[in-house]
Amino acid sequence: MLTFILAFRNLMGSGKRTWLNVSVLSLAFVVIIFYNGLLEGWNVQARTDTMAWETGNGRLSHPLFDQFDPFTLADSHGKTDEGLLTLLGKDASPVLITQATAYPNGRLFNVLLKGIDTRQTLLSVPVRLMDSLASAGEGGVIPAVIGDRMAKAAKLKAGDMMVVRWRDANGTFDAREVMIAEVFRTNVPSVDVSQVWIPLEYLREMTSMYGEATYITLSKEGVAKLNGAADDKLPASGELYKGWRYEDEDALMHEIDTVIKAKKGSSTVISMLLLCIALLAIFDTQILSIFRRQKEIGTYIALGMTRLKVVGIFTIEGTIHSVLAIALGTLWGMPLLKWIQHTGIPMPSNTDQAGLAIADKIVPVYSAGMLLATVLLVVISSLVVSYIPARKISKMKPTEALKGKLV
Amino acid sequence: MENNKIVLLEGVCKRFPAGKTEFTALSNISLSFGKGEFAGLVGPSGSGKTTLLNIIGSLDTPSEGTADVLGKRINLLSHKEAAQLRNYGIGFIFQTYNLLPVYSVYDNVEFALLLQKMSSEARKKAVMEALEWVGLTEKVKSRPSMLSGGECQRVAIARAIVKKPQLVLADEPSANLDSKNSHHIVQTMKRINKELGTTFIFSTHDEKVMQYLDRIIYLKDGMVDKDETVNK
Repeated sequence: MLTFILAFRNLMGSGKRTWLNVSVLSLAFVVIIFYNGLLEGWNVQARTDTMAWETGNGRLSHPLFDQFDPFTLADSHGKTDEGLLTLLGKDASPVLITQATAYPNGRLFNVLLKGIDTRQTLLSVPVRLMDSLASAGEGGVIPAVIGDRMAKAAKLKAGDMMVVRWRDANGTFDAREVMIAEVFRTNVPSVDVSQVWIPLEYLREMTSMYGEATYITLSKEGVAKLNGAADDKLPASGELYKGWRYEDEDALMHEIDTVIKAKKGSSTVISMLLLCIALLAIFDTQILSIFRRQKEIGTYIALGMTRLKVVGIFTIEGTIHSVLAIALGTLWGMPLLKWIQHTGIPMPSNTDQAGLAIADKIVPVYSAGMLLATVLLVVISSLVVSYIPARKISKMKPTEALKGKLV
Repeated sequence: MENNKIVLLEGVCKRFPAGKTEFTALSNISLSFGKGEFAGLVGPSGSGKTTLLNIIGSLDTPSEGTADVLGKRINLLSHKEAAQLRNYGIGFIFQTYNLLPVYSVYDNVEFALLLQKMSSEARKKAVMEALEWVGLTEKVKSRPSMLSGGECQRVAIARAIVKKPQLVLADEPSANLDSKNSHHIVQTMKRINKELGTTFIFSTHDEKVMQYLDRIIYLKDGMVDKDETVNK
């Protein structure tokens, strides 16, 4: 305790030098939290949106289905288990996918035709209008919904017609007109770019894949229902369940997690650079302190302090910089970070071309774990850079320190 | 160790490396100091006064010979034990005062007691008593930068005596002071020596200080040239 009191007194006595170091370190502290919060916010938003629009909380995929390889689509479809779908009810949504060519306004687009149950409520893809148009049986026209990226690329709008050509299960080409019932806005490019959503029953009929699907999306409750079943519980992710490959949330979010991890890497470099500048200031101050305060060190020892205790005083003096920086950073950074959280960070309109779910605005998320980790990082790193120069004191001769001779 | 001898030096030598050779600062010093002595080590610069004080103060160790201080053999003490000895048994007064610049007068004097596990009340009482001894109770809140040289040295004396050590070592305490202040601080120390029975060992070449000493040990080239008792 004495060491803390003495270190704090010395630090306060140093005045402006202390506050300069504390200010730089507090800036680093706030920026690290901001960067991490931004990435965490993006992560949360990307995961939430991807789950809402595309993956749900789990998926039973055809074993041959590979979402990154369109050539697998021809074979990756199979009959759905009606008993299973009945059990799951609204907690499951089968999707059938086939490759197709669309001809909007005389242009040619390779697209994925995705059949979705028009009564599903699990995914956010808007199906209500398709459902009413399909029920009305509008002259054999296929109602479709597309995302605004697809609409923009193909210059389509609601009410427009386009021809779509596909191959059925037997390899026979066929073509029909599709009417754009609705253009939706989503943050998830993988349900938008080059995708045309039509009613599942239509696609099954068009491809002669009656009662079939490429994958079945599961809600959280759906996963819980299957896990809670007395027998035939869901296996580990990647293993087969009733002939379908089960993928859990983590497996489905793997790509997002990887990208976020890579982004975190680059943001860590920036944060660390800033932290290093702040720590360098503390390191320099410590070196200067020990150099200038040799007589003081000698006096401490002459008055009966052990060298180890003097090392402790100087180490804690340096470390208190970080404690003050955290306090100062909380003082000015907290309102700023809160305000940013309230307003969000607007993202440029073409950011989502990267193929990842990015909202118009990213709202930073500051979790308790992240805050604690940042606090620990700042405190521990300042403790280390304070200790390294302070170690020299233990090798100092008190008689020479009292004379103020060089270390 | 003899009964009333608190410092006993036997054949003390101190050598420092000087390039490829060695410089002998002290050579075969055998001295003893009893309780309540007011003694001085006198000699020109380089005669070994400060080196000898450093050894007695357990800040340094002899290269040869033995030094027993307050019943502890300096040669054998660990860093921790030496610190303990200084903490409880020895007070230091330096030529350049060595006050802690960011502390007030009160804090500087209290510092010596903070290392001893003493209650804050007892600490306060002891600090005020020490400041009374040196006549600085009015300046408790002042920082060293606001004091004159004489006042700074009085704070240093208060810091040295506040823990009531048996031995106070004063290294050229009047070197940075004018005549009036020199007399004043030595008179203060003499008074403490008389009333508390504290042993004072000075290193000095100041005539003003010498006139108050009971015993003067002349050092020359690291050796005892003369050891004489005066005023008695």
